Amino acid sequence: MADRAVDASPPNTAPKAAPKIETRHVSKVYDTAAGPMTAVDDFSLDVADGEFVCIVGPSGCGKSTYLRMLAGLDTHSSGTILIRPGEDPKKPLNSVVFQEYAVFPWKTVIENVAFGLQMRGYAKAERLQIADYWLERVGLRKFAQYYPYQISGGMKQRVSIIRALANDPEVLLMDEPLGALDAQTRIVLQDELLRIWEETRKTVVYITHSLDEAILLGDRVILMTAHPGRLLATFNIGIERPRTVATMNTPEFTELRGEIWGQLSREVTRAMEMQA
Amino acid sequence: MSGSAGKSPQAAAGPLAAVMFLGAAVLLWNGVLYIAALWGRFWWVALLGNFTLIVLAAERIGRSVPPAHRKLYERTLAFGFPLLALIAWQLIVDAGLLSPLWFPQPTKIAKALWDTAVNYDRFSETSLIGRPWLIPSRFMEEGWTGVWKLFAESHVWATLGRVGAGFAIGAVPGILLGVVMGVNRTVRLMLDTTLSAIYVLPKIAIFPIVMLLFADPFGEGPKIAVVALSVFFLMTINTMAGVRDIDPVFLMAGRNYGARGFSLLRHVIIPAALPVIFAGLRLALGTALIVIISVEFLRAKQGVGFMTFYYWEVLNPEKMYAGLVVVMVLGVVLTYGLQALQHRLMPWQR
Repeated sequence: MADRAVDASPPNTAPKAAPKIETRHVSKVYDTAAGPMTAVDDFSLDVADGEFVCIVGPSGCGKSTYLRMLAGLDTHSSGTILIRPGEDPKKPLNSVVFQEYAVFPWKTVIENVAFGLQMRGYAKAERLQIADYWLERVGLRKFAQYYPYQISGGMKQRVSIIRALANDPEVLLMDEPLGALDAQTRIVLQDELLRIWEETRKTVVYITHSLDEAILLGDRVILMTAHPGRLLATFNIGIERPRTVATMNTPEFTELRGEIWGQLSREVTRAMEMQA
Repeated sequence: MSGSAGKSPQAAAGPLAAVMFLGAAVLLWNGVLYIAALWGRFWWVALLGNFTLIVLAAERIGRSVPPAHRKLYERTLAFGFPLLALIAWQLIVDAGLLSPLWFPQPTKIAKALWDTAVNYDRFSETSLIGRPWLIPSRFMEEGWTGVWKLFAESHVWATLGRVGAGFAIGAVPGILLGVVMGVNRTVRLMLDTTLSAIYVLPKIAIFPIVMLLFADPFGEGPKIAVVALSVFFLMTINTMAGVRDIDPVFLMAGRNYGARGFSLLRHVIIPAALPVIFAGLRLALGTALIVIISVEFLRAKQGVGFMTFYYWEVLNPEKMYAGLVVVMVLGVVLTYGLQALQHRLMPWQR
């Protein structure tokens, strides 16, 4: 299959300053009993400091694998991955918001939020104070002493998001964080994410299978092909910030979505045919 | 809502008549069988018929129980039926349908239980619970040695001591090894086959060897050791399964947020495996009781298992049954204790 990347000038869209995240020619090959299986193939992506990048692709395109490699939770077979440390060397390089929340059921809400700080040796009073600040910010303060089974899915994902933010990482990595939520809760959390990002301006890599979500949240949308995962196209989203969920109703948004969907739908169809 | 409210007077009269009808059917069924002298020979048909009629009656009542009293109804079923079964047992033996020698009436078993609890058996030099009401007077006479002698004569304390010691000695290292095997692939591959092989071996079968390993083969050592062994293997295998079953996303989250080594163990692996560990502990408790009672059948001068077997040998079935009742009570009490511990250690569970 020929490489159909549209905006194919690797490293793609190099920003002016040194990029926060630098990935060059990254591949991931699994050794299976049936021979080597390529999950991610020659994937290059730079992310600027303070940029919000969304990666969209059909299921099984290796986007979650890429994120785990970025997070250091999985090894890559070839290529280079670099997250540039900031001025404060004690700050963690990345924190992940996982797909199924991954909020620890055996810790209370506030203990969950303070977990990263606890692991980094913060004193109890200090870490609880920081956690409390973030709980206040997403309106979960009165649930601080609850256990996860006592709160809803939407609240659990809020806890998971502020657990990452309380850790104050250089880069925030989000793996389909809203994928498991119902449509209404999802919209509410999209709005909340936009608001929080507007205030913190973290560097974010956001994996999603929802094109709408990617266009709404991202400065850039990266499309990936499936089997193996390759870079298909990059789209700069020029929609003005601050955005809200209402942004999805603007003609600008609809036009962009139509353009990107044209490319993505072919890829989705191809992925479905390959699975059949 | 309004429909059911309108029907309620009729619904209240309905089940009453139906239940009275079914109750009459029970009496009639047993009466006819008894008079025809068929009850003794076809007792299983009779019991099956009774059981069916009772189930029908209970379900008829259940349908008209308002939601507010649902809990009471269910509790009545759960405790009422065993009570009914005991009454049936009593009546069947009283009526001469079963031999009172092998199936003594529940009232007689209760009396035997009372006797063993309050009396000292001179021949075997034991008592059931160590006669705690004598503690003050013995303490005055002999001090702590007197109190200790009372504990030492007790069947229940002997069994509890063996189970408790064996449980602790077996469970703690079992859990530790299980965690290591769950985490480390090499150790798991090296030990898994051997452990599975030893796990299925009835521990009572290696009791003779265990006896030889101790300076005093007839003392407490081998008895505790054999309980510990059976608990150890069960806990190792269960804990390993629990650790391996942990959702990988929790391990990833733990690592991503900086947990390594011991902190990963303490904050992620142990709490995540705790539900399975407790399920294992509950199984291990049952196994520990089985093992200790069997061992006490074989080689003991004391203990609930000894008591059961002893009264069988001296042909006192009432007291033998009393021993079985004590075993059951021990099982229930220990299980409740374990559940209380579980609620304390795992407040995050529903």
